[in-house]
Amino acid sequence: MNIKHTRIDRIILSFNNIFLCIAVLVVLVPLVYVVLASFMDPTVLLNKGISFNFSDWSFKGYQLILSNDAMVRGFINSILYSVGFAVITVVVCIFAAYPLSVNGFVGKNFFMTLFIITMFFGGGLIPTYLVVKDLGMLNTPWAILIPGAVNVWNIILARTYFKSIPYELHEAAKVDGASDLLIFFKIVLPLSKPIIFVLAMYAFVGQWNSYFDAMIYLEDPKLHPLQLVLRSILIQNQAGPGMISDQQSMAELKKLSEMIKYSSIVISSLPLMVMYPFFQKYFEKGVMAGSLK
Amino acid sequence: MQEIVNVQKEPAIQIHAEKKAASKLKKNLEYIKKNYHLYLLVAPAIILTIIFKYIPMYGAIIAFKDFSTIKGILGSDWVGLDNFTKFLSSPNFADIFMNTLKLSFFGLIVGFPVPIILSLMLNQLRRAAIKKNIQLVLYAPNFISVVVIVGMVFIFLSPTGPINQLVSFIAGKPLMFMSNPDYFRSIYIISGIWQAAGWSSIIYVAALANVDPELHNAATIDGANILQRMIHIDLPTLKPLMAVTFILAAGGIMSIGFEKAYLMQTSMNLPSSEILPTYVYKVGLQSGDYAYSTAVGLFNSVINVILLIVVNKIVKKLNEGEGLY
Repeated sequence: MNIKHTRIDRIILSFNNIFLCIAVLVVLVPLVYVVLASFMDPTVLLNKGISFNFSDWSFKGYQLILSNDAMVRGFINSILYSVGFAVITVVVCIFAAYPLSVNGFVGKNFFMTLFIITMFFGGGLIPTYLVVKDLGMLNTPWAILIPGAVNVWNIILARTYFKSIPYELHEAAKVDGASDLLIFFKIVLPLSKPIIFVLAMYAFVGQWNSYFDAMIYLEDPKLHPLQLVLRSILIQNQAGPGMISDQQSMAELKKLSEMIKYSSIVISSLPLMVMYPFFQKYFEKGVMAGSLK
Repeated sequence: MQEIVNVQKEPAIQIHAEKKAASKLKKNLEYIKKNYHLYLLVAPAIILTIIFKYIPMYGAIIAFKDFSTIKGILGSDWVGLDNFTKFLSSPNFADIFMNTLKLSFFGLIVGFPVPIILSLMLNQLRRAAIKKNIQLVLYAPNFISVVVIVGMVFIFLSPTGPINQLVSFIAGKPLMFMSNPDYFRSIYIISGIWQAAGWSSIIYVAALANVDPELHNAATIDGANILQRMIHIDLPTLKPLMAVTFILAAGGIMSIGFEKAYLMQTSMNLPSSEILPTYVYKVGLQSGDYAYSTAVGLFNSVINVILLIVVNKIVKKLNEGEGLY
């Protein structure tokens, strides 16, 4: 743009920039506060607020978190669930999407309708719970990995992507005598790495951040993902058993539990916050692909 | 119409049509036989969908039964609409229903314009690097979990938290944010905007990037300033997108998420924080009243579908025939 701005335009633009700066600050300040507060001694935090006098800093919160069994186990569980879920859902959805993208696939409309209906109607919480229970999946990781594996949205996205692959490639392969299955594995899949990656990232993030399925299906604390452990620390105010119980006074206990809150937020959000800037482009692509229908 | 035509046709033609249908079936069967591996690829998704989506839909009939786990879904006795009338006539009904409606209605009204305004402002940034970094910051909260968001809300709004330190300084005493039902909705909606507004602006930002620069040039020559161009060129570009987003949001007004409201509930703010999904969870899984809970859930989804249809009709009218479907 090499248009010269008039005076009124410059005023409007500076207001525009001021408002954007405010928006950035509104988002950033709470996040930075939590990170800084996680290093503060709780008494200092309460009396003086954030202090940049490094003698007030302490790593006690992180020490307690990292030496806590429930937290570490939750972290490992969450990694397993998120990776496992991403793999399962991507495989199931990509596999389903391919035949639905093949021209002349008999039953295409029937299958699509079958999937799309589930986007608008559902049996509800209890009937789904009863099915999971009857299958003997309660209190097993399968309850987290399997029931939500079919994501219709993912199927639609992958199908749209497959359709965008030039049909000449299919034709050429068919002339050479390749079956649809061979075309899928040898031609379509290698060309579909971006969409596979986008879907996997979404599944991973979604699973990492969710607590609801784990809360209703998993009773055994040993199976709990990170978000459930966090819930007991942050919301229910129960710092993990054994985490701080060896401290003497109630006041000391309360102080430490405040500290643990901050540091557990930082630790649990760290993986996604570190990952996200690198993959921002892909996440945005996912949103865009979704909006195109 | 077609039936009438068929009746008038000669029997011979009918037989021909049957033959044709039979040969089509044969052809389809041949296709399936030849391409059975394609069907194997869809099979896992179909089987999972039937098990975890369609069987529960069938299981939802327990809403009309006096369900006992021993007798099972089929064996339990029918009670007709008893579970529904029990809910509709319970003293909680009006409160829970209105809480659900108010929470999402106000959330939609207040939250809907924010990403649009953000995108219009971001669109004015000419330096790509600055724009990218601002977007990076604004999108970040989207990746924070509900548990952490609500955890942060509790920390920030606790009687000794940073916001109350400020409040005490000004007003002399802290505000009991989390135990006062009057504050629940505002806290829920504002924290929701904080988390989602940036991310929701993505599609609008992308749509604005496609605006023909010639339009802006012409308007500038005609003496329009930036604000006028934003309102008369950029905003109309976003209109179709806004319509679709609005229908989707308005249609989902009663399907508001369970996860955040449940975490934000305290025993004190229940008068405004108890909504249908949290109620379904409590009576269902915590008190074990499966049939009643399913009825409440079913009631909720029926209202959802009706809303989606009604809102789509309204938007179609307002938006010159362009709806979602």
